[in-house]
Amino acid sequence: MRGNHVLGEAAVLAGCRFYAGYPITPQNEVPEYLSGRLPQVGGVFIQGESEIASINMVIGASAAGVRAMTSSSSPGISLKQEGISYLAGMELPAVIVNTMRGGPGLGNIAPSAADYFQATRGGGHGDYRTPVLAPSGCQELAEMTFLAFDIADRYRTPVIILGDGMMGQTMEPVVFPDPIDPETLPPKDYILNGCKGREPKTIYSMILDTERMYRHNLKLLEKYQLITANETRWETSGTDGAEIVVVAYGTAARIAESAIEELEGKGPSIGLFRPISLWPYPTMQLRSLSENVSKIAVFEFCAGQMLEDVIISVGDRAEIYFYGVPGGIVPTPADVADFLLSVGRGDGKIGRRIEV
Amino acid sequence: MSSEAAVDYEKIFGRPESLKDSYTHYCPGCGHSIAHRLVAECIDEMGLREKTIGVPPVGCAVLAYNYFNFDMIEAPHGRPLAVATGIKRVLPDKFVFTYQGDGDLAAIGTAETIHAANRGELISTVFINNAIYGMTGGQMAPTTLLGQEATTTPGGRDPHYHGRPIDISRMLAVCDGVVYVERCALSSIKNIRRAKRAIKKAFRCQLDGLGFALVELLSPCPTNWKMSPKQAWEWVNKVMVNTYPLGVIKDTTGYED
Repeated sequence: MRGNHVLGEAAVLAGCRFYAGYPITPQNEVPEYLSGRLPQVGGVFIQGESEIASINMVIGASAAGVRAMTSSSSPGISLKQEGISYLAGMELPAVIVNTMRGGPGLGNIAPSAADYFQATRGGGHGDYRTPVLAPSGCQELAEMTFLAFDIADRYRTPVIILGDGMMGQTMEPVVFPDPIDPETLPPKDYILNGCKGREPKTIYSMILDTERMYRHNLKLLEKYQLITANETRWETSGTDGAEIVVVAYGTAARIAESAIEELEGKGPSIGLFRPISLWPYPTMQLRSLSENVSKIAVFEFCAGQMLEDVIISVGDRAEIYFYGVPGGIVPTPADVADFLLSVGRGDGKIGRRIEV
Repeated sequence: MSSEAAVDYEKIFGRPESLKDSYTHYCPGCGHSIAHRLVAECIDEMGLREKTIGVPPVGCAVLAYNYFNFDMIEAPHGRPLAVATGIKRVLPDKFVFTYQGDGDLAAIGTAETIHAANRGELISTVFINNAIYGMTGGQMAPTTLLGQEATTTPGGRDPHYHGRPIDISRMLAVCDGVVYVERCALSSIKNIRRAKRAIKKAFRCQLDGLGFALVELLSPCPTNWKMSPKQAWEWVNKVMVNTYPLGVIKDTTGYED
């Protein structure tokens, strides 16, 4: 199945019953798939008049109690930031998928990872965080979609799935997790469905009283600390005794894996550290790994964004090298292998050494 | 004094159940208090309170959820009809209405307004037009009249410089999904009674599954118009109605009035 279809099917199987979105390349297969699939399970599909309207429809659907999702690509995600900030403030669950493309501005439609800052640093206004999941490949995309809805409901927060155009178009075999019947999900005590037999409820984010706003912010902060403790995800392979550890996520990690395979037995021993949750970032895990490795090699489809989290994690515990390709150009495994060989030699011919 | 048996008086007037027993932050002479009461009375009289979800705007009525006694959700500025669409599509058996000011509905939320209306969403909208931005202190609204003084139209609104007032109700009337649009005013007893009938009719459109319905209410804003409440009523009746004439703008309901 194609990545964008995997995402749509996984959402339905995970109990999603509402989708609103606006066409933008390279994720159009998501709304196209769901426009036919959601009505089959009694769900609602709406093609909104804009990304802004779509995220606000998701706010309404979430407040009404269903698992709700929207998807878009970079410029469209910028438009949704207002709604994401409101979801965070109102403590409403939702899943937002960003199939990243080149930017800034209208950019292009090629695979990119240039929205890392936007996704992990808030994106919208106010003191909030958004859990960000970065699947690598179609199988993990299916599983992460389930996980995204689960985290969203459990912590009452918007969750971002951060992919790219290549993942959306890649076709791979997938085994889906068991479907979830929405009726079996835990009841939500905050939803609005009319006040029959109970006191009226309100959902809002405006808190004019500074003392109450302060307490609301502290409550959110506690939630984000809990998410950091429980939902930090990463994967390592071949890092024990490695001389160089590559740090890469999503599609870039797949390319790095191939590069590492190519170099097996041909040079320095190389491992891979793959963050799966980008917020919360596996800072402490990468930090302790960096105690025992001399070189950290960061590879991204952008000019250096996750790099900043690596710097925060590693500091001067190891040498940091960076190879970033912005603009939608996808480097081949051979390009990344050349970078890693250059890191091994320390000659700075490909990529650059980051002074901390 | 002779003792008499307690008389069983019939209650003929009181606070609607759909209004909380609370003070509002609205200024003296503001139309919002009247509009809130009319909405609450209609919801009570139609037996809708326990199945209602209301969506207030950003603007003077942003705190309406503190005053209405049923489920309510905040919406970002201009987005009530998108939020309401999400709610109504998930809960088609519930009664969903938005309550929006002119800035919310006819400026920042114009796209959401037109498209929800044109889709024929089964939502009712109460649109408060006071020709000014009240909450932020009197700036030009999309509906500000030509020549009207606002804090951002020194010397009065100039059509060549500030643009012209927008008549969004007439714009909505051309959308096929819209079944009923009427413009009323909260500026005399007669007009207020007419407004209540219109709100009730708009609500009925949703219950009967006919389509989108909107009632525009010309609403006095004495504070930002810098008038007394009495002058503000007169200004609505003598000046504002020239740009925004009262009456039914569209009605395909087939209801007998």
